[in-house]
Amino acid sequence: METTKTASPTTNQLGYARNDYVGAKSTLCSGCGHDSITNNLISALFQSSVNPYQVAKMSGIGCSSKTTAYFLEKSHGFNSIHGRMAPIATGAYAVNSQLLSIGVSGDGDTASIGMGGFVHLVRRNVPIVYIIENNGVYGLTKGQFSATADEGSTLKSGEINHFHSIDLCALAIELGCGFVARSFSGDAKQLVPLLRAAFEHNGTAIIDVLSPCITFANHEGSTRSYDATKEHNFPLHELGFVSAKEEIHVDYEEGTVLPVTLHDGSILNLKKIDGREHDPRDAKKALDLLYTSRHKQEFVTGLLYFNPDVTEFKQALELTEKPLSHLPTEGLRPSKEELSKINATFK
Amino acid sequence: MLENISITIGTVNGSGSQSANVILQRAIFRMGVAVVGKNLFPSNIAGLPTWFIIRANTKGYSSIEPKSDIVVALNPQTANEDLQHLKPHGLYIYNSSVKLTRPIPEGCTAVSIDFTKLAGQVVESIKIKKLLTNMVYVGVLCEILGIPQDIINTTISDQFSGKDNVIDMNQKAVQSGREYARQIPELNTSKKLSPSDLNKNKILIDGNTAAALGSVFAGCTFASWYPITPSSSLAENFEMYAHCLLKDDNQKNKFAMVQAEDELSAVCMVAGAGWAGARAMTATSGPGISLMSEAAGLMYFAEIPGVIWNVQRAGPSTGLPTRTMQGDILSTSQLSHGDTRHVMLFPASPCECFDFATRAFNLAEELQTLVFVLSDLDLGMNHWTCKDLNYPTEPIRRGKILNKEALDKVSEFRRYADVDGDGIPYRTLPGTEHPHAGYFTRGTGHNDAAKYSEDPTTFEKLLDRLNKKWNTAKTMVPAPDIDKRTDKVGLVTYGSTHSMIAELRDKLAAQNVECSTLRIKAYPFTEEVRQFIDGHEKIFVLEQNRDGQMLKLLAMEYPYLAGKMKSVLKYDGWPVRAESFVEGVLHGNH
Repeated sequence: METTKTASPTTNQLGYARNDYVGAKSTLCSGCGHDSITNNLISALFQSSVNPYQVAKMSGIGCSSKTTAYFLEKSHGFNSIHGRMAPIATGAYAVNSQLLSIGVSGDGDTASIGMGGFVHLVRRNVPIVYIIENNGVYGLTKGQFSATADEGSTLKSGEINHFHSIDLCALAIELGCGFVARSFSGDAKQLVPLLRAAFEHNGTAIIDVLSPCITFANHEGSTRSYDATKEHNFPLHELGFVSAKEEIHVDYEEGTVLPVTLHDGSILNLKKIDGREHDPRDAKKALDLLYTSRHKQEFVTGLLYFNPDVTEFKQALELTEKPLSHLPTEGLRPSKEELSKINATFK
Repeated sequence: MLENISITIGTVNGSGSQSANVILQRAIFRMGVAVVGKNLFPSNIAGLPTWFIIRANTKGYSSIEPKSDIVVALNPQTANEDLQHLKPHGLYIYNSSVKLTRPIPEGCTAVSIDFTKLAGQVVESIKIKKLLTNMVYVGVLCEILGIPQDIINTTISDQFSGKDNVIDMNQKAVQSGREYARQIPELNTSKKLSPSDLNKNKILIDGNTAAALGSVFAGCTFASWYPITPSSSLAENFEMYAHCLLKDDNQKNKFAMVQAEDELSAVCMVAGAGWAGARAMTATSGPGISLMSEAAGLMYFAEIPGVIWNVQRAGPSTGLPTRTMQGDILSTSQLSHGDTRHVMLFPASPCECFDFATRAFNLAEELQTLVFVLSDLDLGMNHWTCKDLNYPTEPIRRGKILNKEALDKVSEFRRYADVDGDGIPYRTLPGTEHPHAGYFTRGTGHNDAAKYSEDPTTFEKLLDRLNKKWNTAKTMVPAPDIDKRTDKVGLVTYGSTHSMIAELRDKLAAQNVECSTLRIKAYPFTEEVRQFIDGHEKIFVLEQNRDGQMLKLLAMEYPYLAGKMKSVLKYDGWPVRAESFVEGVLHGNH
């Protein structure tokens, strides 16, 4: 299991230690990619000084969905039913938009049973950090193919996947999502800044994290084994997150870094690697990149697409400032006079 | 004085007859006459047969009759069949374009009217002429029934408020029909309604609108839905009234309304919103209920409040989407797998749809569970004469919620601990700034601290506590309405079936069968229900479904009383009629 240690002080701006962000002990297989994601998530939450009392941890059903129990012990969590994280998170957000919604789902939970809810959550631009822990198999039911399994990949039994895989990032871009990223569970340097940037995005942030299943998809022939993923991982940039709260000034050489400014003023710096060119502000190019890389059997990782100007769900609902869940009971019921007026219209 | 009259109007759907029929019904209502109107419409937008049945009755009978005193036949497709709807000595008014192939029943009167020509006297446009044809028959009926012109005129101007030209044309069309009818001796009958002030404190309203208003006044701030007949107007009306009544000083919404991608999502949004602390609901019908099954189990098991309006329609499957039934009693009561059970309320009038909204939301939060309100198409979509909507006397009760200050006073918080011994635990809302507030909601087995557990004793204990909560619910749900007159025969009804009970009882009394009545308002059943069944020799459970679903639920609850209960059923999709139940009760009473 990989952990990210920060060189910074042992407590963050809220006075919490990293340990305040952990949860129950993981019961996943030893060496599971999901545990690395959990660890990176804990680091990101700690580094960003997220208030644990203002987080809603959302998940569906599956190995990935279990992981919401493994971080932020103090927060409210909702491990729901298979494929329904998206609409449940939508309802929760609509009535309390002050909560930072962190959703953890899997490829089965999102790309098969929960596909309907997923696409509509993205379409509505419900603010949520939507993490897909993607391994191409159903782990908890012992290793069947999921809809994100690559064509030609094999199961342990030798069974070949004949079906086209669903690329959730390409789909999210197509659906108008303003924050679409792909990462690798083991790449803390990439995943932590991506998560921190996602926390500050005002809308749906999709992070599809390749997370090898070491029990059911780590064999020769699986395109998602740890080695295969590592070998075909193609990072687009080196990422650096600069929090608006911290006011850190970073020097960089002109033209080598593309700064992406987030909703709260934080910046995600995208530093070029070996002269690779990808501007995440261009949806067409992002889709083209995903299309090309699929055919080259490469996993391009990093911030694929970014657009801060998508109408956020709360704006679309024209909601009042105070969360609906916290409106005082006394003010909920309209007056007697209003009802008298209404009665008169049915005379 | 005319005591009872029924009118059937046969038209083509999409022809604009709906608004004409509603105007006619409202004008009768404004005369002070108790009136019911049933719209028998097809699952179609335009071109298929539709009927509107109006009944005015001085005894307040609020269901329709199988046959009518007056039949207006405007639809050539059904005009001949519509002769069957005539009572003996009935009046048959038909469009002159109709070719009658059947004889007029003996003793009945037939009058042919060229409605199109009369409408043509008001307007030249062919399209508008077609719409105005409907107002011409309204005019003819106004003359026959003695509806004053000023009443019909104001009803029209209220209906088309702000559109002066439309008001003028419609009023003229009515006038033209009325003047024509005045000259026809056969139409000069004794079928005049007598005005009264009996409707002074009454309104004419459909159940879905009343339910929507009730939900607004119950403090509901979140609604999600997926369009489905016959529940759509409930959600749409909620949105409309919420926009009028739930705004902040900046005209921002103090409510959220989401049209979901399907019923799976609609109910899950309710689960999310209820969990996060708002009063949340959805409205649906049979097929939607089936899709909501899994989430219903989650909400029962994870103890999340929410309200589902089930406006029932005729099933199974797609069934008859525009016809009524009480077919979801059993499936809703145990919706979802495992030992799941749900609280259900059964309103019997639009007024009660309004009242039960507050009850439903209070029960949902106090019991921390899903509450279903079972309405139906007849109740939900037809207009009923009922009492003014009463401002709720029941305060908004949020149940056992621990906020930050309350948490400060307790040494620990265990989400599913039965602290009070009533089976109802305490909950906290996400966003509560307290180290003890957080807990992990799950549909998996859990201990009282909400931690995952597969321990056999813990699981049994959890199911037993939920059962204890169920028993607590029996003391909280509304008790039945009982009218005890005998200890021999008891009639049990619920929901829209109850609308024919006064008439049925009179009909049975005429056959020397005196009956007590009980109207069930809720499931689980309260002690009064058991006592009533126990206290009568024979019990007839009257329902609108094939399988006697409420009887089965009663028999499951009181197996030792099952032997004395009999079903009398009608399930043809039409609004309930007293006649349908007379034979069944008489036969069963032998």
